[in-house]
Amino acid sequence: MKVILRNPRREIEIEGRRRVHGLLAELGLPRESHLVIRNGTLVPGDEELDKDDVIEIRPVISGGM
Amino acid sequence: MKCRTCRGPAIIDLPRHNANFCAEHFLQMCRRQVEKAIHDHQMLNKSDRILVAVSGGKDSLAVWDMLIDLGYQADGLYVALGIGEYSEESRGYTERFADERGLKLTVVSLRDDYGYDIPTASRATGRVPCSACGMSKRHLFDKAAIDGGYDVVVTGHNLDDEAAVLFGNALRWDVEYLARQLPVLPSRHGFPKKVKPLIRLSEREMAAWCVVRGIDYIVDECPIAAGNKHIGFKEALNVLEDKSPGTKASYYLGFLDRMAPVLAGIAASGADSVTPCMRCGAPTGGEEGSVCAFCRLVERSVAHEPVSVELILKKSRSQKRAQSEVAQS
Repeated sequence: MKVILRNPRREIEIEGRRRVHGLLAELGLPRESHLVIRNGTLVPGDEELDKDDVIEIRPVISGGM
Repeated sequence: MKCRTCRGPAIIDLPRHNANFCAEHFLQMCRRQVEKAIHDHQMLNKSDRILVAVSGGKDSLAVWDMLIDLGYQADGLYVALGIGEYSEESRGYTERFADERGLKLTVVSLRDDYGYDIPTASRATGRVPCSACGMSKRHLFDKAAIDGGYDVVVTGHNLDDEAAVLFGNALRWDVEYLARQLPVLPSRHGFPKKVKPLIRLSEREMAAWCVVRGIDYIVDECPIAAGNKHIGFKEALNVLEDKSPGTKASYYLGFLDRMAPVLAGIAASGADSVTPCMRCGAPTGGEEGSVCAFCRLVERSVAHEPVSVELILKKSRSQKRAQSEVAQS
């Protein structure tokens, strides 16, 4: 599957299927500070992602006050 | 995963609520949390004229959207900070949001209206950029609210923001800052009332609100803020949250319930020595006839030649490299 990461924006390819939690853990990204989006829709942690999916992993931490 | 409310397919899991929600009931949960914050802390009335401080980021656009959704009258104020492409993009997101919904947005430009920008102010005054930025925005939000006859300024500070600030203040045992870290600052001495309706919602929930509601916002982080201490505090708290969901809410909301009342006397005792700035008339903490920090910043920044974002970033990177080398030696 194609995975789009942000800050900075980049794309990586992941082979095979994954659950959302598994994908985040594999990439070392904390669940509390990221959303996973497929085709513009949020997907929860136990959702299985298909090998042909395009996934955005969006960080949610902002630093300005 | 199924929605806790309707048992339909969930779109988000929220460990701190030990629950999952579909889109409809996730939005309902968010609205209820905002209504509870507004009610419990007497933040807003439906007749108030509200000015929302908007940045183009998820929190400020979400809070503006929510207030309109809940039936409040709210206009927006955007301050163009002059942080290169980041500022141009964030302004675009803000203007599109307002245009698409027919909302009133006022834009104040530091460069066009005051003759400086944040990179230049940082270099000219020796302040860290986030300090120059925060001080400029606070002054301009206050001024716009007073000049425009607004009853209250709304900011998009969320649970993560407040928990991180609380963590920083507690690490330093800065008792005065702790005493003043409240979700409502009442109108007094020429300052407008300021409120934070998102204190019961996390950063992840606010980003999710925007995705579900179709709100485009600037996802990229401010290039100057990236890696600052505030973000480090958030990351540290998220490590605890991951191991024990609900930690951030219990830390900050517990502070409001049980610690803030203990500190109330300190907050009241430090708030009365205010005089008008001799240049702009804004309230300032100095002696009679003094000039406020904003006017001093403008004076020094305007006299300085413009500084690019890249120069500030280069300096920041070289400082971090030097700190890293010292730590390793």
